[in-house]
Amino acid sequence: MTATDTHRAIDAIWRIESARIIAALAHMVRDIGLAEDLAQEALVAALEQWPAGGVPEKPGAWLMATARHRALDHLRHHQLAERKHEELGRELEARQAIAPDLDAALDDEVGDDLLRLIFTACHPVLPAEARVALTLRLLGGLTTAEIARAFLAPEPTVAQRIVRAKRTLAERRVPFEVPRGAELAARLASVLEVIYLIFNEGYTATTGGDWMRPALCEDALRLGRVLAELTPEEPEVHGLVALMEIQASRSRARLGPAGEPVLLLDQDRGRWDQLLIRRGLAALERAEKLGGALGLYALQAAIAACHARARTAPETDWARIARLYEALARLAPSPVVQLNRAVAVAMASGPAAGLELADALTSDPALKTYHLLPSVRGDFLAKLGRFDEARAEFERAAALTQNARERDLLLERARTLCLRNAGTRT
Amino acid sequence: MRFLSIYKTAERTSPPTQEEIARMGALVQEGMKAGYLLAVEGCLPTALGARIRRSEGKLTVTDGPFTESKEVVGGLAIIQANSKEEAIERVKQFLSFAGEGECELRQLSEAGQNTQAQGAARS
Repeated sequence: MTATDTHRAIDAIWRIESARIIAALAHMVRDIGLAEDLAQEALVAALEQWPAGGVPEKPGAWLMATARHRALDHLRHHQLAERKHEELGRELEARQAIAPDLDAALDDEVGDDLLRLIFTACHPVLPAEARVALTLRLLGGLTTAEIARAFLAPEPTVAQRIVRAKRTLAERRVPFEVPRGAELAARLASVLEVIYLIFNEGYTATTGGDWMRPALCEDALRLGRVLAELTPEEPEVHGLVALMEIQASRSRARLGPAGEPVLLLDQDRGRWDQLLIRRGLAALERAEKLGGALGLYALQAAIAACHARARTAPETDWARIARLYEALARLAPSPVVQLNRAVAVAMASGPAAGLELADALTSDPALKTYHLLPSVRGDFLAKLGRFDEARAEFERAAALTQNARERDLLLERARTLCLRNAGTRT
Repeated sequence: MRFLSIYKTAERTSPPTQEEIARMGALVQEGMKAGYLLAVEGCLPTALGARIRRSEGKLTVTDGPFTESKEVVGGLAIIQANSKEEAIERVKQFLSFAGEGECELRQLSEAGQNTQAQGAARS
């Protein structure tokens, strides 16, 4: 193996193992900044020794053992004389003396530590961008440069963000633990928010650009899946994973030949990734099997699943989607959700039913400048044969949209209605 | 990036033991926990399978077992990885559990993606 090959292997191994190592160290030293530094020392040792001596058969175990030694040295050397730390040091030394082959036993502990790390990196005391950067760094194994490229931010900005985040966690004495009881729900919501933020950043990135960005979807999916195995009793975790798997399943169908977005109903379903759909449906089933009412992510996943199950657009179970949007609206009342519900109701029960719901939204100030409301109303009116009113709505929608292509499409629809009204057949 | 890993090994002469089944189950669990294992399947004995070849316009079907083959396909996995090196590490872990044999690792084509550019971006 050439030196370059070894380095590439080390990079890959680090990407795979670093989160677990940092997590285990954070448990020992109670400071994730210090944990990361100590973990880096193990990486440096690997970079120094492996090119000559060869990559060890169990590289993860080698790194973990090396990192733990550094941590113990640090604890002793810095004479953290508080009895707690001494005792901790002794306890860990004793554990160390056990044959390293007890991978399975240690595995559970590392799993717990990994969960602690996830919750700590996503602590709500940190601003969202800091949580995202810290999570990608400590749990995704991305370098600062990679994170910066992924988010189109300057590298020094991201580096500072991470430094400040670690400092904040230390200053606020955020404990390295998994939250319990009443705290858990809110803290878990914070974690899921971070993961979904990462996913969306990747999902909305257009292809043809830097591949670092769409790859964020894979990072988010991996983190979600890891979390799902660490917290198998949490339905919203499975719900989020399901949502991401199913959304990701459409990535090859989402863009047209010129890079323009293709609406879900117009997408070539042959390009939907059935492997991811299968995984998404399985994750959704896990969420549903845990019982109780579906949460926000699970509901959105269930809606996505309805589309995923339909082999063609006409086969879509719109009635079910309408019911799911209703549940979603009750849980998270939002005019946008209500509008989506109106569309689903119209598909299931006809445009008059949809229009009734859409009309109720016209007085909502939040939707005053939302071009999709008049666009949707225009669609219903056209289907009901009320062409003059429909045309006016499409023109209103065209005036409200920022997107040139959408504006053109809306004006085209208005124009076509004009022709219909004038009795011209095309 | 996605990779296909095809595991080839000498055909078993007896069904797997409880211990072997448990070990393979644990291995799959590990893959799930680490979030990179997208799909995994194991093959039943070649006696239940067949080989179909098309050559010079002629189709030939040969039923198993394939006793003359030193190694046969034992199973497959589809892995998510950021690089070929990462996929190799995953496969190494698998083989350290699975025992003797060879995994052929192939990057899967993902429509609409320039795989070379991706490789460069994430290395």
